Amino acid sequence: MTDLAVDVGRCLLANPVMPASGTFSEALADAIDLDRLGALVAKTVMPEKRAGNALPRVAETPMGMLNSIGIPCKGPEAFVQHTIPAFKRYRPPFVASISAGTVRGFADLAAQVVAGGADVVEANISCPNLEADGHAFAVSPKATARVVQALRAATDAPLWAKLSPNAPNIAEVAMAAEAAGADAVVVANTILGMAIDVERRRTRLGAGMGGLSGPAIKPIVLRMTYQCVRAVRIPVIGCGGIATAADALEFLIAGARAVQVGTATFRHPTTMIRILDDLDAWCRERGIARITDVIGTLEPFETPQLEAAEDLAAE
Amino acid sequence: MLHQEPLPSTHDASIGRRVGEHLCVVRSNSAVNADYRLMRLSAPAGALAAEPGQFFHILCPATADGTPFLRRPMSVYHVDVAGEAIGFLYKVHGAGTRVLDALQPGATLDVLGPLGRGFTLDAAWRRIVLVGRGVGLATLAPLAVRAAAAGVGVTAVLSVRRPDLVMSVDLLSRCGADVHVVHDADGSSDVAAVGRLITQLLDQHPADAVFTCGSSRLLTLLQGIAKARGLYGEVALEQQMACGLSMCFCCVRAFKVGDEVEHRRVCWEGPVFDLQEALP
Ligand SMILES: Cc1cc2nc3c(=O)[nH]c(=O)nc-3n(C[C@H](O)[C@H](O)[C@H](O)COP(=O)(O)OP(=O)(O)OC[C@H]3O[C@@H](n4cnc5c(N)ncnc54)[C@H](O)[C@@H]3O)c2cc1C
Ligand SMILES: Cc1cc2nc3c(=O)[nH]c(=O)nc-3n(C[C@H](O)[C@H](O)[C@H](O)COP(=O)(O)O)c2cc1C
Ligand code: FES
Repeated sequence: MTDLAVDVGRCLLANPVMPASGTFSEALADAIDLDRLGALVAKTVMPEKRAGNALPRVAETPMGMLNSIGIPCKGPEAFVQHTIPAFKRYRPPFVASISAGTVRGFADLAAQVVAGGADVVEANISCPNLEADGHAFAVSPKATARVVQALRAATDAPLWAKLSPNAPNIAEVAMAAEAAGADAVVVANTILGMAIDVERRRTRLGAGMGGLSGPAIKPIVLRMTYQCVRAVRIPVIGCGGIATAADALEFLIAGARAVQVGTATFRHPTTMIRILDDLDAWCRERGIARITDVIGTLEPFETPQLEAAEDLAAE
Repeated sequence: MLHQEPLPSTHDASIGRRVGEHLCVVRSNSAVNADYRLMRLSAPAGALAAEPGQFFHILCPATADGTPFLRRPMSVYHVDVAGEAIGFLYKVHGAGTRVLDALQPGATLDVLGPLGRGFTLDAAWRRIVLVGRGVGLATLAPLAVRAAAAGVGVTAVLSVRRPDLVMSVDLLSRCGADVHVVHDADGSSDVAAVGRLITQLLDQHPADAVFTCGSSRLLTLLQGIAKARGLYGEVALEQQMACGLSMCFCCVRAFKVGDEVEHRRVCWEGPVFDLQEALP
């Protein structure tokens, strides 16, 4: 058995594979052994009850999907009373994903979920900032710094900031989160997109626009993960289009300490377990004893890029 | 390059769990009439546990036209435990069902399930009434089979566009069901006419419960009839699904509970719901 343990900041995880927020619930225990995962991450909770967006809420795209689920939510009390205990029955650390329209809302909610038993707070800062024209916190390093500072002051629990790929410069946002005291950054949420039904001349999503996820976004998010790894010292958790151990390895080699798996679980609920088994097999076949020996091992090209390109052209 | 090496998949991680990703082999896949097709697949024990009203979430294989990215939900139409087979009765609608339509015997299909909450059947009931429109019958048919096996009488009202599109009459008759076909061509499927027919059938053969699937107008009709007679009822509903396992919240529908409107997931709290709580 390969030693798959990784530390993400102050958090020691049994392995680097965990679900992405909003694509997981305790019902997945009907299909896989949740105790095998590195961590359990719940759907984002917000300070107030919400119904979520208009239907249709999903549309499929080539090798991916758009969603405009919104954040339907029964509020923090129900979350603390029902959701947290449901997840705490399992061994892996429980990550509470939280969001709010205001800095104060974020801070209060963090204190509430930590008091309720959450082991880690993941701040989903891709939501609109109601104090700044509704632009997402995560598109601005300044707004990100403000919210992470407030969260840091509100709780001592490990704090992960989940960044948005829609930020003009995601590495700068990662640096702002690090400076404000985040223990790790998650790269990233969904990429804003749109699809139109040409016969009906209507958007395919009831909300008009939505977030693209799945294999279609993997190269973009891998690039962003690599940029963030180079920009910050805190751990980076990769998330976007990961469906196989090979995908996970790309992120780990690029320097991610762990990965989150989202949309792939919709196609194959056993994806995360398969990734773990295949990571183990891949390492054993190569005599690699610890997964940490793989992290951040991207090799530079030995030949100048131009020659390499010429070699390719000659083949 | 490293990442292009195929990595072996060591085992089926869902073995021994309630919900499995079952690899089934297509035994037959052919038209039952101009609109509907029946697919039979050999199925492992986990899939044979499907109850009437439950569904499977089907991964449609890639074709030259592309890959339907999301799975497609289909009610289990038939379970043959001895023959180790399950069946789906389906209508070709869009990209995903077109792929199903093209599958040949011998092809492998990944079906996830069984999923959702099925129909209630109380063996102490004397008779149930099933009211199905179109492909909604696919969902109700296994309930008729189960009821017959439990000694519960079945009255079935099948609503179709044209008489030649009716299906499962033989199956239902074999179950000893009292079958009535109504269609659009002669107006017998008008809501008012169907209402009169059901009332008359209930007067002749009193029933303990009513079940419906496939039409929101028939749902409203049946809600009224069941309420007036104090009958228990259930409806099987459809909604677009991504995960099928309560994780994504894309499949919600509205229900009235007391004075409140509540959203529930068709894949998880359903697809079978209390008749009176459903909003059409
Ligand atoms: C619980 C349940 C049981 C069902 N049982 C049956 C059955 O036994 N036989 C049968 O013929 N059909 C059944 N349906 C409907 C079936 O799922 C759709 O016809 C099918 O998904 C259409 O896919 P498509 O790619 O052909 O169509 P497209 O229109 O190309 O599909 C686009 C998207 O919309 C979704 N979609 C379209 N129509 C429906 C619908 N009516 N319900 C849910 N999602 C839809 C698709 O899944 C896909 O995500 C059932 C639906 C549900 C929810
Ligand atoms: C249906 C759906 C719902 C999501 N809900 C949330 C959410 O509530 N909070 C959040 O931070 N991210 C949410 N996400 C984003 C995912 O956590 C993840 O960042 C994104 O989908 C990219 O990963 P993937 O390609 O592996 O899915 C959601 C994604 C999907 C597809
Ligand atoms: S389909 Fe995902 S919650 Fe129902």
